[in-house]
Order: sequence, then C-alpha cells, then structure tokens
Amino acid sequence: MALFDQTATEHLKGLESGALKSVELTQTYLDRIRAVDNRVGAFLSVDADGALKRAEEIDERRAKKQRVGRLAGLPLAVKDILCERGKVTTCASRMLQQFRPPYDATVIAKLREADAVFVGRTNMDEFAMGGSTENSAFQVTRNPWDLERSPGGSSGGSAAAVAAGMAPLAIGTDTGGSIRQPAGLCGVVGMKPTYGRVSRFGLIAFASSLDQIGPFGQSVEDAALLLETIAGHDPRDTTSLDVPVPAYSQSVNKPLANLRIGWVREHFGGGLDKEVESAVRAAFEVYKSLGATLHEISLPHSKYAVATYYVIAPSEASSNLARYDGVHFGYRTDEKEMLAELAADRRRLETAGDKAGLEHLDSALVRMYRRTRAEGFGPEVKRRIMLGTYALSAGYYDAYYLKALKLRRLIRKDFDDAFGKVDLIAGPITPAPAFKIGEMSGDPLAMYLVDIYTVSANLAGIPGLCLPCGRSQAGLPIGLQLQAPALEEERLFCGARMFEQATDWDKGRAKL
Amino acid sequence: MSDYTTIVGLEVHVQLATASKLFCGCSTKFGAEPNTQTCPVCIGLPGTLPVMNRNAFQLALKTAVALNCEIPAYTKWDRKQYYYPDLPKNYQISQYDLPMSQHGYLDIGDPKGAFEPKRVRILRAHLEEDAGKSLHDEVAGKGDSLIDLNRTGTPLLEIVSEPDMRSPLEAKAFLTELKLLLTYIGVSDCNMQEGSLRVDANVNLHIDTAEGKVATPIIEIKNMNSFRAVERALEYEVGRQWCEWQETHRKLGDAPKQTRGWDDVAGVTRGQRSKEESSDYRYFPDPDLAPVTVGPQDAAAIRESLGELPAALRGRLESDFGLSAYDADVLVNQGSPVVTYFLDVAKFTGDPKAAANWVTQDVLRTLKESEHTIESLPVASSALAELIRKVKAGEVPSSRAREVFQTMVEKRVDVAAAMQSLGIAAVDEGELIALCQKLLAANPKTISDVRAGKLQAVGALIGQAKKQNPNVDPTRFRELCLELIEKAP
Repeated sequence: MALFDQTATEHLKGLESGALKSVELTQTYLDRIRAVDNRVGAFLSVDADGALKRAEEIDERRAKKQRVGRLAGLPLAVKDILCERGKVTTCASRMLQQFRPPYDATVIAKLREADAVFVGRTNMDEFAMGGSTENSAFQVTRNPWDLERSPGGSSGGSAAAVAAGMAPLAIGTDTGGSIRQPAGLCGVVGMKPTYGRVSRFGLIAFASSLDQIGPFGQSVEDAALLLETIAGHDPRDTTSLDVPVPAYSQSVNKPLANLRIGWVREHFGGGLDKEVESAVRAAFEVYKSLGATLHEISLPHSKYAVATYYVIAPSEASSNLARYDGVHFGYRTDEKEMLAELAADRRRLETAGDKAGLEHLDSALVRMYRRTRAEGFGPEVKRRIMLGTYALSAGYYDAYYLKALKLRRLIRKDFDDAFGKVDLIAGPITPAPAFKIGEMSGDPLAMYLVDIYTVSANLAGIPGLCLPCGRSQAGLPIGLQLQAPALEEERLFCGARMFEQATDWDKGRAKL
Repeated sequence: MSDYTTIVGLEVHVQLATASKLFCGCSTKFGAEPNTQTCPVCIGLPGTLPVMNRNAFQLALKTAVALNCEIPAYTKWDRKQYYYPDLPKNYQISQYDLPMSQHGYLDIGDPKGAFEPKRVRILRAHLEEDAGKSLHDEVAGKGDSLIDLNRTGTPLLEIVSEPDMRSPLEAKAFLTELKLLLTYIGVSDCNMQEGSLRVDANVNLHIDTAEGKVATPIIEIKNMNSFRAVERALEYEVGRQWCEWQETHRKLGDAPKQTRGWDDVAGVTRGQRSKEESSDYRYFPDPDLAPVTVGPQDAAAIRESLGELPAALRGRLESDFGLSAYDADVLVNQGSPVVTYFLDVAKFTGDPKAAANWVTQDVLRTLKESEHTIESLPVASSALAELIRKVKAGEVPSSRAREVFQTMVEKRVDVAAAMQSLGIAAVDEGELIALCQKLLAANPKTISDVRAGKLQAVGALIGQAKKQNPNVDPTRFRELCLELIEKAP
C-alpha cells in the first residue's frame, strides 16, 4: 500500500513515533497531486512551498519535543470557501477571483493551531451551489474512480482529493448534502456535523441556516479526528453551540450495544437504483450481524424536503450574495466599457425618440451592478438568486418562504419522532452512483432531485455521515448514509466505525 | 370656507450612545477620518458574521421602558434588503414584524398653554444598524461619489409615533420632550448636527367638507436638521397641502405616498422623485442572528434602574418644592444636571423658592451667555446656597447679590472672596441706626411726608445712605427708617 493510500490516523502514529516526517509525508502528497491532479482537477491552487516550509517547521518542533498540535504534520486540503488570511479565496467564482480575505475563518485558525499542513484549496460548485462541481467558474473536477464521471458536489474537489490520495484529510461544507453526497460518489468518509457544532465564521455563506463545515477522510477515525479539531463554540458565530466537544477520536472505536437502526420507508420508493438499494440492504444485514436491530420508520414529510430546501436555501442565498455588487470588493465590470455602453444606449433611445425608454435607462450605478453581477456569477448562482428573490418578494413570501419554514419545522419533528424509536437512521446517500459529467447539467431539476436523501438533515440541523458500503458493477463506489439526533456525533461515529471495521469497503482505492 | 385638522406622525432615528457598533467591535465615535472605523464585519466582507452588542440592546430596552412600551418576550432580527453603495451587504439588519418594543406613549404639554396636554402614542421602537454616508460630487455627471463607512453598523433606535399630533407646535413639543427623556436616561447624546437624532415627519390634512372629513395624501418630509426646522417644514407643508387641495381636490389614495425634502434656506419642501411602485424590501429573518428573549424580570430591572423621568420630576418639583408649573418646566427642560444643581441648592438653603429663582434666572442666564455648562460653572451648588444664606441673613445686601454672583463666576472665587473684592462688608446694626438717625435729622421733610402717608419718600434717604455706605442693605435701611419715624416725637 502506497503511503498516500494510508489513513491520517495511520500517518499520525508514524509522525508521533518519529518513523515518519511531515516533510516526507507532505512531499508524497504533493508528488501525488503533481502526478494525478491534471486528470482529476481537484485543486484550484496548491501551495507546495508553503506546505513544505510548514511541514519542516513542525518536524523541527516535534524533534525538539516542543508542543505540537492535534494534527501536527498532517497534510490537509481545504475547500476554497473558507477564508484564509492573505490567501485568494475564490468560492470558485469569477466574483471572488482576486479576493484575499484579511482574516482567517475560525476553522482555518483552529487547523493552523492544530499544526495541520495546508496543501491547497479545492474546487467546488460556485458558491457551493450544485451537486457536481461542474458549476465551478474555473474547472471541472473528475471522479477518481471514473474520470468521465462527476465526483459530486459541491465539495467535489475535497472528496476527489481524498479519494485520489492527494490529501489524507480535507475540509468541505454541507448545505444540502455537499459533503456527504461527494463522499458517497467518491467512496470516502464525509460528515456533516450538527448545525452550530462548527463555527461558520469565515465560511463564505451560501445559506446561513443550513451551512455547516465538516471533515473528509479515508476512514471514520480520520473524520472523527478532524471534527474533534474544528468543532466548538465560537463567540464570533452566535449560531454556534456552546456545548462541550467530546473526544471523538478516543471514543470512535467503542461499538454501540443494543443499537437500534431505523430505515426510512420513504427512502426505498421509486427512483432508487437497484445496485444502490441492494448495497444498502446488505449494509443493514451487516449491522444485524453486529447485534443491531433494524426498524422500519417513516419520515412522512420527507417528500417535501427537496421543495422546502429549494425555497429556503435560495432565499437566504439571494440575500447573502447581494453584497457581490462591484462596489467595495470583488469583481467589478470594466467601467469604461460600461459607461460607453450606457452612452450608446442613451443615443439609441434619443435617436428613436423613446421617452419612456430614456426615463427607465439605468443610472451608471445600476448599470455597474447589472454588468458586474451578470459577468461575475455563473448560471446556477443566478438561477438561485432569482428563485430566492422571487420567493421573498411581497405577495409570494407567505406562499413560499413562510410555507417552507413551516415544513421545515414538520421535517424536524419527523426526525424527533423517529429518534424516539431508533438510535441511528441508515439509508442511501444518493439515488444512484456517480453520474457522467454533463449528464445533468442541462436539467437543473434532475440535479436538484439528487439531493433527495441529504437535504433533510440540513433542514433539521442534525448530523449525517456517509461512508462506503459497496461498489456497483461498473466499479463505482456506493455510499451508506447514517444520521443521528442533534449533537450525537459521537454515536454517529461509533455506529459508522462498527460497520467500517466489519467490512473492507474502506480499503478500496481509486486506480489512477 | 371649510376647516381642517392637521395630522402629524413622526419617525425618529436615535443613535444609541454605545462605545462600539451594533454587530461588531468598531468605535462609533463621530468625526474620525473616513473609513478608519471599519472592520470586515461592518463592511460586510464574505464569511463575516454579526454578533449583537448587548449594551446596545440594553439601551434600546431602557428607552422602550421609558416610553412606556410593551416589551415582548421574544424579538428577532430581519434583513431589509435594498441596493445602495453605503450599505455594503446590500441589506440592513433591522426588525420587521416582531420589534423589541411596541405600544407605548409619551405625554406632552405646554406650560404656557399653547395646546392642551396630550398623550402621543408610540406605535413601536426597534433596533437597527445604520448605513454609511455617501458624499456625492455636486458637479453632475462628473466626479465620483465617495463613501464613508465609519457610521455603518452604528446602533439606531427607530421610534415611530402614531399620527397623534395635531399641529407643528405639538410635533416640536413631542420631539423636545423625547430628546429630554433620552438625555435623562442617558441613551443618546441626541446631537442633530452629528446625526445622532434624525426626524422624518408624515403629515396630511383632514378637511371638513359637505360630505364629511376628507384626508389629503400623506407626505413624508425628510432632511430636517433641527426641531425648529421640523416645525417650519410642517407649517409650510400644511399650507401647501391646503392650497393643493383647493386646486386639485386630490384625496388620500389618489396618489402614491410622496416624499418631500425640506430646504431650510428657501423655507420650502420640494418633491423628491416618487417611486412608481412601493419598495419591496424582501424582509426575512436574519439566519445569522439568534432571536433575543427578554424576561419579565429584565424589563422590571430596567424600570428600576431608570431613575426619575422628566414628567415625574416636574410633578415632584411642583408638589414637594412648591414651584410653579412654569418654573418646574424650565428647570426640568434644562436636563438632569441642572435639576440636581437646583435640588442641592434647595437642600442646602432649605428655601426652594429662592433656589428656583436663582437657578432659573441668574444661573441659566450665565449658562446661556457663557461657555459654561452646569458642570463647569465655577459656582457650585453649595457656593450658591452660601450666597443665598448670606443674603437672607443680611450679610449681603440683596441689591448687590447679583454682583456677588457674577464676581464668583468671573473670578472663580467663593462668596467671601467675592464680597471682599467688591468691598461688601456687613453693616453693623448700630452703625445703620446711626446713619439713619443722621439722615432723618438732616431731612425733616421726609418725616412729615411719611407721616402724611407718602411712604415712598423714604426712597430718597435710601439713595443717600447707599452713597455714604454702599454696603447698606436697602431693605433693612427702609425698615429702620420707618421704625424710627414712627417712634420719633
């Protein structure tokens, strides 16, 4: 097994024992990036020099027996949506192509404090809007298991980086499944924590009430280790929860006794790929063999989850993205061209004697806004801004936004009721394994429906995890989703680890 | 000739006196170099999040309680969305359907009786963040607009009255009383020049016609930089609407709500471009901020901490100190430090009447004519009390008391030193009798005149006595003269 195929937990043992140097480890991953990322396209930027310098410095400290952080020397990839002081943070958008935040996201600061080695920033759907990473303004990311296929999204770059052995750990964000879905499609472990478990400060917002930052790794242990590092209350994010963070990496190997697993009747209706269904059902059998009991449950409002999500998320997005207007930061349209265009419009209207047209002609400011946003945003971002603007408009607010809020409460209540009967909920993560690049791009609605199993956890604020549980005939990974009640990440990790230890699906690696 | 009633409602934006902004740690100090009091949060950089300033919320609560508002147990933040360069996020964090307070009132009156005392209802008061300042180049089409974001995120309390005022004078009285209240409870410096207090007025007329009352379209007036300007703008607008009504007979609902700007130099309001459709701010709850809950004990604690409010204080000055309504009003309207000064003088002298006379006349005149505030006045309340005592004791002739006071102010000295520098020494009673006898002997006609009932004849002797000894207390001297004349054979 190549060094880059090992897990972060294994690396850490080597680093701590002195058998492995961070410089060597970092160089291994950088070499791997150089070797395969031209085919995968997971990274938007790679900081080889910075990473090696950092690795060297950590090795020195470790050699001198000085204090080092929790992740000391472990290479790590970060989705290009978390602000890093002085580093270009693009959100895969032209709008922020040159944006260098003067501050660190809390998660970045915690990872720095933990002595992780940042190797690069990963590709994503623009502003995290999408499930294929095709909506990046800069490049397409390919699934390491089949380069013709999508790695999923929006954190497709992070998932692909881990799956291709370009980083042992990666950070993603999950607003409607953006960690769990690409983890499933790329055959790695991805986890969305409870809303409020991880500070959102410095996370460029898509939908504030749904966004959460979470870990990617090759194993459940790795994900537990990474979450443990980034979780915790932050006074700069008032939606972050002021509760203690358990030592997940310590407890993850304890199996759960008398585990009650719920399977959701509504998850096994039409539209579910046969191969996915049988892999998931096989996973249930594994749990039974481990002493767990399986229970059929119902989430009666889950059929409304996608609709609810696609009202709430775009509504918040339309507001969060209003600040990208070309005035104070970020992309601005070419002013000379803009003024010339405006003057030409004016002349045309004057020549035509179009008084009404002249009256409605944009001011220079409004034309600047229009062109900046038209040029700076891609089509999916525009689509969601329009959806959200519409849903929040006077006369539509009650019918859309308010109704969606009511449904959100009902969806949350469904989970509360279900978790009265079971400890974890298990099921598919996507209706089918990885789809072909371009397959969905012409049909936004079909793309939205891929989110059917993931959005509920965001709406309810509960944690969810995806780990590999099988492979399709074509050799594509199939993911198993586990969900737990709010703040029960520990239970989620333990339950997932039980399955991982009982099977070999985590050992598989994409051939590149 | 038909008659009409003027209907006025006010919207007041008050900048709360916090050290830092509503959702970040930046200073709120006025007058700094542009864009030096900003941070990633208040300029809305991506990824930043607001954190509520608890002190701002406390000050808002204090104001709401002082305005007799109901304080709901649950309040939330909403985003008011519109594009403007001085609003970097392109939404303002405000409060929409669940404001932190509602349904209060403020009583207003006029001590001279210009209108009947009345209760103006407060519809709501809510917290929001301020926008920045745009400075537009006046050369049209040329030059760029400049934006200063120092003010962005400063806490504002928006206080909305019901349309309960019936004249420009009442509107001015409401604002004066509101400002007084806010200053008393220390929630704002209410400096209109610095924008700490901004007023928009809504006004229309209810006209008596043969078919009953008809309302004219409501006009919102902006750009008023003083209470006097509010009064003048409303006076102008009442006249303008009356004329317009006679010309057009346009009623409320016939035209969209119009905004007019007040031109203080020209003394007119001017129409601003009325929007074709009402703005849609697409309010929705801000997902970055947790709702705020206020327990009944919180509101009660605030009520406790408020201290005596102006209305109660006026009542107490009248009932406990025997002041006239007018004097009580003058004192209270000067603000809490002046009232404290008065209360101290009254306590030290045991003579509230004298204390009120001195404070409302000499002290206030001095404050008005000098650079002094009550805090910087060289005559402390104890010093003024000492002066009053000496006057009552006859040690300072009442005719020269004002001179002594002025000397105390100008030379920053105590009563004794001021008396010395003016050469005032108490005249011994014996000395005074001797002087009196001497002057009576020299002026026998005065005696006969007084006996004939012409008491004012003594006046001439007082003049002579003061010439001989400026320290003679004219009141005492007069009494002595009359006594001696009566006793004389």
